[in-house]
Amino acid sequence: MPDILSAPLVVEFPFTRSLGPVQSAFLTGLRERTVLGVRTGDGKVLVPPVEYDPVTAEELHELVEVAATGTVTTWAWNPHPRRDQPLDTPFAWVLVRLDGADTALLHVLDASGPEAVSTGMRVRVRWAQDRTGVITDIACFEPYGSEPGESGEPAPHDGEFTEPVTGIVTPARLDYTYTPGRAQSSYLEALEDRRVVGERCPSCRKVYVPPRGACPTCGVATDERVEVGPRGTVTTYCVVNIKAKNLDIEVPYVYAHIALDGADLALHARIGGIPYDQVRMGLRVEPVWTEGSRHPDHYRPTGEPDADYDAYKELV
Amino acid sequence: MRDVAIVAFAQTDHLRRTDELSEVEMLMPVLHEVLDATGLRTSGIDFTCSGSSDYLAGRAFSFTMALDGVGAHPPISESHVEMDGAWALYEAWVKIQTGEADTALVYAYGKSSPGQVRDVLTRQLDPYYTAPLWPDSVALAALQAQALIDAGDTDESALTAIATRSRQAASGNPHAQLSGDVPAGDYLVRPLRTGDCPPIGDGAAAVILAAGDTARALCARPAWIRGIDHRIEAHGLGVRELTESPSTRLAAERAGVFERPVDTAELHAPFSSQEVVLRKALGLGDEVSVNPSGGALAANPLMAAGLIRLGEAAARIHRGESERAVAHATSGPCLQQNLVAVLEGESTHA
Repeated sequence: MPDILSAPLVVEFPFTRSLGPVQSAFLTGLRERTVLGVRTGDGKVLVPPVEYDPVTAEELHELVEVAATGTVTTWAWNPHPRRDQPLDTPFAWVLVRLDGADTALLHVLDASGPEAVSTGMRVRVRWAQDRTGVITDIACFEPYGSEPGESGEPAPHDGEFTEPVTGIVTPARLDYTYTPGRAQSSYLEALEDRRVVGERCPSCRKVYVPPRGACPTCGVATDERVEVGPRGTVTTYCVVNIKAKNLDIEVPYVYAHIALDGADLALHARIGGIPYDQVRMGLRVEPVWTEGSRHPDHYRPTGEPDADYDAYKELV
Repeated sequence: MRDVAIVAFAQTDHLRRTDELSEVEMLMPVLHEVLDATGLRTSGIDFTCSGSSDYLAGRAFSFTMALDGVGAHPPISESHVEMDGAWALYEAWVKIQTGEADTALVYAYGKSSPGQVRDVLTRQLDPYYTAPLWPDSVALAALQAQALIDAGDTDESALTAIATRSRQAASGNPHAQLSGDVPAGDYLVRPLRTGDCPPIGDGAAAVILAAGDTARALCARPAWIRGIDHRIEAHGLGVRELTESPSTRLAAERAGVFERPVDTAELHAPFSSQEVVLRKALGLGDEVSVNPSGGALAANPLMAAGLIRLGEAAARIHRGESERAVAHATSGPCLQQNLVAVLEGESTHA
């Protein structure tokens, strides 16, 4: 049993999203300290506004302005704020029905503690200092000792602003610890000794490299370790003419499928040490390792005669 | 409608982490278990459908790796849902209804251990108004729990009692991650305490579906799916009445739950408060055995926990411990999407 490898894995995805007319008006409104809702066919005011009636699916566009004060409809006290949440001190999650609205907006409430929060309490918007047209232009809600007053009637709004926000960028980052499992761990550990190890299927006897722990034909675990290569045969290849970002390789170069000696599945790698236009099917190659790298940097010709097509045709 | 039954069910032991196993390595034993139970081989399965999520693994197309475990070469008829395997089962059931398949393998798996699942689940929320606030899964459930308390539907001690009953029931479930005497714990997000929340863990499950006489040939007492339906509610949390689950109610009506009493309910209620909502929606009284497996409070492998509810309900029918059971699966925040199925043993089939 090899040691189980693990490594940090960070996934970041800064999506750029375009907004429809209703979302654009709402988010632009927040930038201008104006909260807009949308009126449905039966006269309800939805805040935050949506483009289609959740009940009838009717398209909605009649915008109204509601108050920046409202009433908490439910809440939950969060003693341990997590990364990226709006406040970094303990706070309450709240659903707030703003005065003039019939539905509630999810946001956070800055309060001294859970005893200071209750359903039905009055709150108001605390605006962010710098506002760009995103939901966090509302920095948070704060307790506000008012009664729902005359400001509770929504006022018609044309939704027109100068320089409306038409899109948002929503960055997101998730952190993982990746563990490759038993089969791939033993493969990666062997690479450290510059050996390539595959696994044989107990049923069909094929040798898979890199091994993933299962035979895709038989659907059973592959557990017999088999050393393959290091030499192999190019079964097919392509010439890459596009320079990849952050990749320090001159184009054109050749990327190939290589059947290592003793393996029943071709792996893929770059071919070096030969002009790109001289690479061919059947070319015999061997790995080139660079200092400090777990994986071969590339494969180069061994100088042997080309392999006979029949020797590798099953792997093309 | 064709008669379709769950004829075999298997699940892994659910564990906090399974670092030594890749997803396919974790999955393969349960695939072999259901195949062995029926004597079927991959070549005898007409349709395969799976449920999982790339966001748990943090890798694109992670389900394609898991396909190695079912023997996908030579080519098989296969599909995948990026959600709980209960919905993969629904797709397989539809496929069998079309007459294009008589047997189906359905599996689901999730490893929550690589990431921070409370953060990961925020990515399923509306990306304009909600996801940028990063409201985690416990926070959203806690908002629902407080609404239930305010409505007088439950209180904190009743919630603790639900969690306690579930973990006690799980003492008889060798696959459970959390069982027996589990302390209520501190508030995670008030009013929910640690004990009101599901354990975070890794696990997998598989079932085999078969139609008509094929099912009878494969299983001594098939668990017939007499009705199955799933419904969804608006994505805006503030639009929904969080103390009710109209989608569960409607799905249950369409699945025929209310036509005759049920003796067992396997409810996918990851949070103790959600059981309160579901019992109300399904009209379950104290005479119904609710989550005899321990439910999601005992083991909640994401993307598999809903399929496991169907599997646990079916297994009780296989064993003759239930005549008519309701199984429920959920997805999304605060029970946004709900699937309901009615399972019956042969004897109650008219």
